[in-house]
Amino acid sequence: MESGNLAWIMISAALVLFMIPGLAFFYGGMDRKRNVLNMLMMNFYCVLLVPILWVVAGYSLAQVPFGNDFIGNFDSFFLKDISVAGDGGALATVAFLGMFAAITPALISGAVADRMKFSAWALFVPLWFFFAYVPVFKWVYGGWLGQRGSLDFAGGTAIHVNAGIAALAAVLVLGKRRGEISPPHSMPLVMIGTGILWFGWFGFNAGSALAANGQAAQAFLNTFLAAAAAGLAWVVVEWIRDGHPTNLGAASGIVAGLVAITPAAGYVSGPGPIVIGLIAGIVCCYAVRLKNKFGYDDALDVVGVHLVGGIVGSLLIGFFANPSFFEGSFREGIFYGGNIELLLEQALANGVAIVWSFAITLIIMLALKATVGVRVSEEVERSGLDLAIHAENAYHD
Amino acid sequence: MKLITAIIKPFKLDDVKDALKAAGVEGITVTEVRGFGRQGGHTETYRGSEYKIDFIPKAKLEILTSSDDVSRVVEILRNSAQTGQIGDGKIWVTGVDSIIRIRTGESGDAAI
Repeated sequence: MESGNLAWIMISAALVLFMIPGLAFFYGGMDRKRNVLNMLMMNFYCVLLVPILWVVAGYSLAQVPFGNDFIGNFDSFFLKDISVAGDGGALATVAFLGMFAAITPALISGAVADRMKFSAWALFVPLWFFFAYVPVFKWVYGGWLGQRGSLDFAGGTAIHVNAGIAALAAVLVLGKRRGEISPPHSMPLVMIGTGILWFGWFGFNAGSALAANGQAAQAFLNTFLAAAAAGLAWVVVEWIRDGHPTNLGAASGIVAGLVAITPAAGYVSGPGPIVIGLIAGIVCCYAVRLKNKFGYDDALDVVGVHLVGGIVGSLLIGFFANPSFFEGSFREGIFYGGNIELLLEQALANGVAIVWSFAITLIIMLALKATVGVRVSEEVERSGLDLAIHAENAYHD
Repeated sequence: MKLITAIIKPFKLDDVKDALKAAGVEGITVTEVRGFGRQGGHTETYRGSEYKIDFIPKAKLEILTSSDDVSRVVEILRNSAQTGQIGDGKIWVTGVDSIIRIRTGESGDAAI
C-alpha cells in the first residue's frame, strides 16, 4: 500500500476509536445523573472486548475470503498470514475495521439505558458481535448483498441499521423504565460528545475509501455537509413546531445527518449530501416520537436516529448515486440516469439486515433473560446503577 | 431573639445580601434549595417531548436577629427580594430560645 494511503487509514482508525468516548458523552449527557457512569462503561466495555474478538476470529469470519457469500472461514484466526508485506496495508485495514466493529454494539447502549444489568450487557456484546454484526457485515461487504450491487460506503446498513433494529428488539425484551423519565442531566456533555462524534466521523466515512484519494475527499466533504444540513433542518422543524430551537435538536440532527450520509458518503456529490442531510434531519426529528406512539422505551432514541437515519441514507443512494462523478463502476441513482434497480437493491439489503438482526437480537435477549436476567432490580433502578453496579458516583458535592 | 427564614429567587440573592449588609446585618446563612409554591414548576423540551420540572431552584436564607430589630430586617429583606412576579418567595419568623457564639461562649443578643 502506498504510504499516503496507509497513513490516512491509520489516522482514520484512530478517529473512529475517538468516536466511542464521543458516543459515550453524547449518551451519558442525555442520561440521568445516577446512571451516567453505567452508560460510559457500556460504551467503553465495547472497545475493551470487541477489538480482541475482531483479531481472534471476527476479521476472519467477516472478511476472509472476501468473495464468500454468507460467512468467512477460519483461515485468518489470530490474523494468521496477515503480515507487514505490502507496507502493512492489510494490518492497517484490520485495525480500521476493528474500530467499526467496536462502535457498532456501543450504539445499542443508548436504547437500554437506565435498566439493563451490566452482566447481561457483558454477554450481549460478544454474542451480538458474532451472530449479528459479523454476518451482516460479511453479506454487505463482499458477500451476497454486496455482490448483487447494493451500496454501503461506510456502514449505513452494516452498522447503523443493524444496531438500530437491534436496539428495538432489545428494548422490547427489556421493557420500559420505571418511574418518571428525567430530562438530560448534562446538555454540555451532550454537545461535547456530538463534536467528538462529528470529528471522528470524518475518519469513519472518508477513511472508508481505504485510500487518500478523490473519493475520500468527497466523502469528507459529504460528512461535513450532510451533518450541517440535518442539524439545521432538525432545529428549524423544532423551532416552528415547538417554539424553541434546542441544543439537543441540533446535536440529534447532526448525528442523524452523519448516520444518513454514512452509506452514501463515497457515492454522492453536488447537492446530494445537502438534500440527504435535510431529509434525514426532518424525518428523524419526527421519528424519535414513534416510541411514544408505539410504546417501546428506546431511552435515548437509537431507533429514531440510527435505524431511521440509516434507512433514509441507504434508500436515498438509490436516487443520488453518481458513478460518473467518482469514475466508479457502481449503479446510477434515479436522478443520475439510473433506473429503480439500485433503489430496490438498497431496500433488499436493508430489509435483510433488519429481519436478521431483529431476530438474532430477540433470541439473544430472550436467552439472557432466561439465564442471567437482563434487568436490574427495582431498588437498583430507582437508586442508581452507578453506585450499585460500579461502586462509583459521577458527581460529588 | 428571632430566626428569620426566607425563600427567595436565586438571582435576587446578591441584592438581598447587599441590602442587609448595608443595614448592618452581620450574618446570613444561605442554602441552595428546590421546591414549589404557587409558581409551580416549569417545562423543558427535549427532542419534542415536554418534561415538567416541579421542583425549581430557590435560595434559602437564615438570619438571626434581636427581637427589636426583626421587623426592620424583614422589611429590608422583602424590599430587596421583591420583583412583583409570582415566585418571589416567603419570609417567616420564629422564636429562638438561645444563641451561643462558639468562639467566645457569649450568649443571647451579644452572640448575634
